[in-house]
Amino acid sequence: MSALVYLIPVALFLGLLGLAGFLWALKSGQFEDLDGAAHRVLMDDDEESASERKSDKPEKP
Amino acid sequence: MAEVAPDIAEPTASPSGSTGTTPLCCPAGMVAELVQESETALKTDDFADQLQHNDDGSESLILVVQNLHCPSCIRSIESAVENKPGLLKARVNLSTRRLKLNWDPAETNAEPLLAAVAARGYRLVPLDPAQLESAEAEEGRALLRAMAVAGFAASNVMLLSVAVWSGLAADMGPATRTLMHWVSALIALPAVAYAGRPFFRSALAAVRGGHTNMDVPISLAVLLAAGMSLSETLRGGEQVFFDASVMLLFFLLIGRFLDLRLRGRARSAAENLTALKATAATVVAPDGSLHSLPIARLEPGMTVAVAAGERIPVDGKVLLGRSEVDTALLTGESLPRPVGEGSEVFAGTVNGGGPLRITVTKLAEASLLAEIVRLMENAEQGRDRYVRLADRVARHYAPAVHLLAAATFTGWMVLSDLPWQSSLMIAIAVLIITCPCALGLAVPAVQVAAVGRLLKQGILVKSADALERLAAVDTFVFDKTGTLTLGRPSLQNGSDIEPQVLALAAAMARHSRHPLARALCQTAPRTADRDLVVQEHAGDGLSTELDGRTLRLGRRGWCGIADDAAEGAQDGAMELWLAGGDFAPQRFVFRDAPRPDTADVIKRLQRRGIAVELLSGDRSPVAAQLAKDLGIDVWHGDCRPADKIARLEALAAEGRKTAMIGDGLNDAPALAAAFASLSPADAADISQIAADIVFQGDHLAPLVEALDTARSAKRLVLQNFALAMLYNLIAVPIAVAGFVTPLIAAVAMSSSSIIVTANAMRLNLKSQGKDA
Repeated sequence: MSALVYLIPVALFLGLLGLAGFLWALKSGQFEDLDGAAHRVLMDDDEESASERKSDKPEKP
Repeated sequence: MAEVAPDIAEPTASPSGSTGTTPLCCPAGMVAELVQESETALKTDDFADQLQHNDDGSESLILVVQNLHCPSCIRSIESAVENKPGLLKARVNLSTRRLKLNWDPAETNAEPLLAAVAARGYRLVPLDPAQLESAEAEEGRALLRAMAVAGFAASNVMLLSVAVWSGLAADMGPATRTLMHWVSALIALPAVAYAGRPFFRSALAAVRGGHTNMDVPISLAVLLAAGMSLSETLRGGEQVFFDASVMLLFFLLIGRFLDLRLRGRARSAAENLTALKATAATVVAPDGSLHSLPIARLEPGMTVAVAAGERIPVDGKVLLGRSEVDTALLTGESLPRPVGEGSEVFAGTVNGGGPLRITVTKLAEASLLAEIVRLMENAEQGRDRYVRLADRVARHYAPAVHLLAAATFTGWMVLSDLPWQSSLMIAIAVLIITCPCALGLAVPAVQVAAVGRLLKQGILVKSADALERLAAVDTFVFDKTGTLTLGRPSLQNGSDIEPQVLALAAAMARHSRHPLARALCQTAPRTADRDLVVQEHAGDGLSTELDGRTLRLGRRGWCGIADDAAEGAQDGAMELWLAGGDFAPQRFVFRDAPRPDTADVIKRLQRRGIAVELLSGDRSPVAAQLAKDLGIDVWHGDCRPADKIARLEALAAEGRKTAMIGDGLNDAPALAAAFASLSPADAADISQIAADIVFQGDHLAPLVEALDTARSAKRLVLQNFALAMLYNLIAVPIAVAGFVTPLIAAVAMSSSSIIVTANAMRLNLKSQGKDA
């Protein structure tokens, strides 16, 4: 039973990590355009990657 | 929208390969030439009010992209600006049809960015950020946050609860169990306090207003379950309901969020319209200088400059210039009307030919467009009275649940010798068990499945209760031009014309954007381009020199054909003449053809027990002929917008539920007045906003699909209610008898939620377009 003493905090910590991740995603606007996001996955962004590295825009996947 | 080039998908007209992507429906590349000559690119003055100055020194601007239709537009727009110096971020939002630009004012300003997007053929209108921070958008984000918190708490508390339940069966000591309860309480109580707020707030408002809604039993159950569990934990008791209370919130928040997302679409569409209304007009000052002014501040007597391709901002008289005005949105007329000095023009119509100077004759609020908007808003109020099915159920469900819990408590107090705490606990268990978890998901789950299914077929459902209303409809009322017909002319007598003559006419027509000319080159086989030097004479036609002769393609009189001399003089059909060549003058007859599947769709609707009517703003004989061709028994011609509303009201008075299908500005009030309304995606903005459902493509078959989906969605919702009731029928006696443990509550709640969701998914199994 002594395992519980650290297992429960570990479980809680992992859960909170997930929650924090979701809230961050929400705040950074990733849930604003659910229709667009579905299509962006399929877009061919080869030509974009060069300019992407140059201008360093972290908000684009 | 009636762009000057309405048929942007037409393959012959689009110069290919300028964007790298294949535009399916996009104006990319196609309208570029048009925009350049009309100089509609925005100047800094136009959006000074809408500019946002951010804390980090950058500036940003949110714009409505008027003709953003399909996913490839995202790439097309973003790639247009992404390499511009000084740009920090450009992001297109497909759901709301908006573009957000963020740039560094030290390096650039908005003008080159906007010009780059405009050059790809997109029309941009700045949005006022002050109007955007609407309460509902914030509510959506708050709901998502609450859902995340509830989800986190539910999963973690459940983890602990499962341990306790298996511990009860095995040999968990009371100390360990109490530890588990305390940890659960630590997670659940803050989560309930945070995630429950949307329900508590609405329940409180309802109770204050002296009535109940679904949120009252939800709030009661959640709060009582959490409170009772806390007291149990303090006493070191065996049964706590922390998991039930957070899980309840989680499931219900999912339902709420799905519901809100559906409503969000309609909201952003309405916000975009407000932006369109606020567009600036270019005013010519007495000294000849140009400056822009919001339309609301225009006064009679001012002179306004309207470039080719621009929408005319106010009602007025033409002061200078000759052009053709596309009035399709206002009147349903498919041909542009030639205007010259002294002609009257109306707000909302599009200037097609050349630049115009217009003297304002009416205030913006008094314009014909504003009149139509007012009619529409009045008509819309009637629809707000519709009470959604879920709310109607809730109205009866909530009091019943409260009575049941109260009866359980008094029953146990009176009939048994249990202490009052135990009686209260049983009553709370009843509340938890009957909590409308499945009811809360029953409607949104079906709606999301239905809306998703329709969206895949290019049918956009805008309001949350649109499908519910559509399912109840028994009469479809159609507009004519642009709805039953394509709204653009097509050549009728192509097979009677000699191929060389047709090819020659098409080669000339290729130089014009007039609808008849476009129809001509669409029908004619594509031949090698002749090197013709073609001149366009606004309002008359086209002329060219060929082998020393002057060829004229255009109006009958202009081509030198006497009004009564030739065939078809009196039939009033749309026509062009080609004269001056070494052949007899040739007549080209055009007709606004019905959409390819109109007759079939009307038959299928009638087979489904739907009465079909035609209300047209066009002349009665034309409406009668079309009604006869299509097998529509009831038709009315010469209808003004108010007449259409009157007819809809007459039908409603007979107890009929009507669905209006229309596309023009003149249909907007009728769309708003009808019980349900649909509009094609190329309709006027305002009609698309008034309509519940917008469908894409040249076909009318989406109407049948939408009707079928709405009907099966309604069936599924009713099934879901039945399932939820069945569940209550089984679970409630167990709860009243006092046998409910936290484990039973958790299993019952999640299984009923899963059952209704799974039932909703059946909607996607059905094959498409099957006739009943």
